[in-house]
Amino acid sequence: MSLSETLLAEEPDAALEPELTPAEQGRRKPLSRGGLIWRRLRSTPRFWVGVGLFAFLVAWAYLGPLVYPYGPDDRDIYNMGMGPTMMHWFGTDSIGMDIYAQTISGLQKSLVIGLVAGPLSTLIAAIVGSVAGYLGGIVDKSIAWVIDLLLVLPSFFLLVLLSPIFTQLSWVFLTLFLSIFSWMIMAQVVRSQTRSLKNREFVKAARFMGMSTPQIIAKHIIPNIASLLIIDATLGVAAMILSETSLSFFGFGVKPPAVSLGTLLSDGTGAALTRPWLFVFPAAVLIVLLFAISLIGDAFRDAVDPTSGANRG
Amino acid sequence: MAEPTRPLLEVKDLSVTFPQGSGDVRAVRGISYQINEGEFLGIVGESGSGKSVSSLAVMGLLPTTAQVTGEIWFDGRPLLQLNDRELSRVRGKEISIIFQDPLSALTPVYTVGDQIAEALRLHDRALTKQAAEARAVELLGIVGIPDPKRRVKAFPHEFSGGMRQRAMIAMAIANNPRLIIADEPTTALDVTIQAQILEVLEEAKRITGAAVSLITHDLGVVAGHADRVAVMYAGKLVELGSTEQVFTEPTMPYTIGLLRSVPNILTAGTERLVPLEGRPPSLAALPAGCPFAARCPIAIDECREIEPALISYDPADATHTAACHRGAEITNGELVRSEIFPRPEALVDDEIAESTEKVLEVKELKRHFPLMRGAVFRRRVGTVRAVDGISFDLRPGSTLALVGESGCGKSTTILEIMELVAPQEGSITVDGRDVSKLSRAERLALRKDIQIVFQDPMAAVDPRLPVSEVIAEPLLVHKVPKAERDAKVAELLELVGLDPSMADRFPHEFSGGQRQRIGIARALATDPRILVLDEPVSALDVSIQAGVINLLEDLKVRLGLSLLFVAHDLAVVRQIADEVAVMYLGRIVEQGPISDVFREPRHPYTQALISAAPIPDPAIERARERVLLQGDLPSPTSEFAGCRFRSRCPLYRLLPPDAQALCQSEDPELARHDGAPARVEVACHHVERNTLAA
Repeated sequence: MSLSETLLAEEPDAALEPELTPAEQGRRKPLSRGGLIWRRLRSTPRFWVGVGLFAFLVAWAYLGPLVYPYGPDDRDIYNMGMGPTMMHWFGTDSIGMDIYAQTISGLQKSLVIGLVAGPLSTLIAAIVGSVAGYLGGIVDKSIAWVIDLLLVLPSFFLLVLLSPIFTQLSWVFLTLFLSIFSWMIMAQVVRSQTRSLKNREFVKAARFMGMSTPQIIAKHIIPNIASLLIIDATLGVAAMILSETSLSFFGFGVKPPAVSLGTLLSDGTGAALTRPWLFVFPAAVLIVLLFAISLIGDAFRDAVDPTSGANRG
Repeated sequence: MAEPTRPLLEVKDLSVTFPQGSGDVRAVRGISYQINEGEFLGIVGESGSGKSVSSLAVMGLLPTTAQVTGEIWFDGRPLLQLNDRELSRVRGKEISIIFQDPLSALTPVYTVGDQIAEALRLHDRALTKQAAEARAVELLGIVGIPDPKRRVKAFPHEFSGGMRQRAMIAMAIANNPRLIIADEPTTALDVTIQAQILEVLEEAKRITGAAVSLITHDLGVVAGHADRVAVMYAGKLVELGSTEQVFTEPTMPYTIGLLRSVPNILTAGTERLVPLEGRPPSLAALPAGCPFAARCPIAIDECREIEPALISYDPADATHTAACHRGAEITNGELVRSEIFPRPEALVDDEIAESTEKVLEVKELKRHFPLMRGAVFRRRVGTVRAVDGISFDLRPGSTLALVGESGCGKSTTILEIMELVAPQEGSITVDGRDVSKLSRAERLALRKDIQIVFQDPMAAVDPRLPVSEVIAEPLLVHKVPKAERDAKVAELLELVGLDPSMADRFPHEFSGGQRQRIGIARALATDPRILVLDEPVSALDVSIQAGVINLLEDLKVRLGLSLLFVAHDLAVVRQIADEVAVMYLGRIVEQGPISDVFREPRHPYTQALISAAPIPDPAIERARERVLLQGDLPSPTSEFAGCRFRSRCPLYRLLPPDAQALCQSEDPELARHDGAPARVEVACHHVERNTLAA
């Protein structure tokens, strides 16, 4: 994995770094790694487009309902199956529910699920992966075995099997289950990163000064793969939204009366040709949302690792 | 053909600039030099001085982003004007290059023979496959690879580092080039292998009659081989002359300082090293005037305003040029060379009392690693005997050096000691306490007394933590309160010669030497009695090394530390150590007081090591008789009956068969020998017959 290798290998070139003379110290402070990443991010247009779109969607999801007369559960029985009008911006479905209000409500749900489940799965991956990689031996072997097992079992299928359980409870459990079945690949990456970090001299030095294992993992291992984890969490948001949407689309995720973008899409597919507004608007919102998050994640990856992706020459 | 007077390679006013967002990096700034037919030019400089970039420019191998200006004439052809296709015909055929890292320079998926044959057939289409292969075998033989017929079919990973570099040389001389550029060809190799490779390079030069341009940071390597020396600093040539001129009458203060800062195995240990303070300026933001002015003790106002040109200061001799405004004063003796960089006063070291107390005692230490094979059913196929029964002890206030080639087990030994747990076999006693009998709390407490400094200052400190936190880390582990920690950090920074106001900076803002000082400060935070140093200066530039070595000497005296020092650079070891233990394949083959061992080495391996260490003095270096070793370090997995050094021993080959039988059957033990100074022990059956060094 070239990304992770460069993450570890990347060090500012000593030969090109200026010497710090006392006179210089007051004037300029060389960039820290975080500063460098931020400077690269700042100069990437993709990042700003992504952030702009995402901020717009979030603002829309939470401010939109305040200025719109219909709620997601309201039915307008005089205007059933109507196309977009001034009254119903995205039209209504066959029982008179407002698609605009429903799309916003679905967007809210999708956003929350994505923003919780994405980082949560990264957190699980970071903890499991670093513990396995650092301790090695039998702990590593058993964790690796569990990871392999979960990777072999199709997680979508498992989620479908488990759906009776979490549909009874609430969509919060859907979020939990989504993260529980999606941390494995990242955990593998974290594990291999940790194994190479473990042999780095600063980790050895920490061990020889008597630092305990949890301390070393928290202080030296995790922070050194932080940028990797942040990228994963960002891209994980998009992946989680997609998983949730797919599950709901097939009827295994969010259950009525709650709506998500997935249920909206699933309701609208049958009418995609005859009443396209049922399908097109939620689908467009979903695409824009995923696009925005992917842009941010992609820009972030390029900033952390200039040799990957778009910058590879 | 070329006229006899025309130089083979002429570089005129060459500049290379790498455009970068934060300011253009001017790696090479207007250098001019010539290489004549059959000449051996040494280009010396520290990392970032532009020595490699200027040579890559000759080969046309710079990245396309580089802006190259100036002229490069090779045998009457302007190389910079040639397009890549035309240049390809020159590259490899008339100019060839040998890189530093032979592993990445050879393609792993083709056999060595195929790669040599490819080099041949690229430039000679008429050559048949069979003929090319026959020639490859012949070439491998020339560069001294044993059994070339079989080896020609080997893949690069089956070769050791030294053999790969030989294969690279074979490839470089395949087309009888007229110029061989060797870019740090021995930097990645052990000192005994380095000596072999340099011999091969000389041999290659003799056979092909090619000129050689050797790029290196090691003045000792240049001293023994080069006809002329070019010294580079901050992208400029600062001194150019014959090897004798540059070494005996250096004119540029940088050259003078560099020569005085390098530890010399002959004089080391008798006087303090002269550090060359500071570091080269950033190539992206060069100050006006002479780039060396900030580090130069004799800089005058003119130096800070106008950059000096490379000119001759001796009216009688125009071949020796230097770039210094005060060159004339240095040449005519108004400024005495040895007084430009004053030798720092040594702290008075109390004679180590001949006490029997031992701060660290290692007895019959063994560390074997199992070698496993197989993916499903893992089975043990062998044992790596990394450390195989070594004993030594460290007396308070003294320095013990473990020396040997890479793979001899010296680093494994110290890591095993640092673990502070019971070793596989043998015993480790720190401060009179057997580490195998420690409880957890006792072990943590004992860690205060023994601390380690690592080789690579970049890797040894967490890049994310500010320096104050890096240094305070051991104190945090031992639960020292915050106020006390901060006071200690400031004190430690002062102690290692750094400004305490730099405490909140991050490691990457420091130079390599400064970072190593941070590593030392961290190790000293808990006031240890023993400091373990794993190659503490080998990753540093030569001009920086002296400062760190002096610091270690001072700390030893001021804090009464005992140092356990692991190194492969014998000159550094000679400078700092009191006692030495020479390791070979997990065993100690010779140990004793360093002055006795180095003056009169008794084991053939020690003799070879010492004679392979280059000396930065052309007169001595050229007159030396070397004890050359055969081949490479055998794999530590192999089983040995008898003496392990036998396969490479120069003495063994001279012995009569009955004496050889003893080497084959019996493993020699470390023992005192008649006529040896007190406490010198050698593990060799035939010390009395050894006449190699005489």
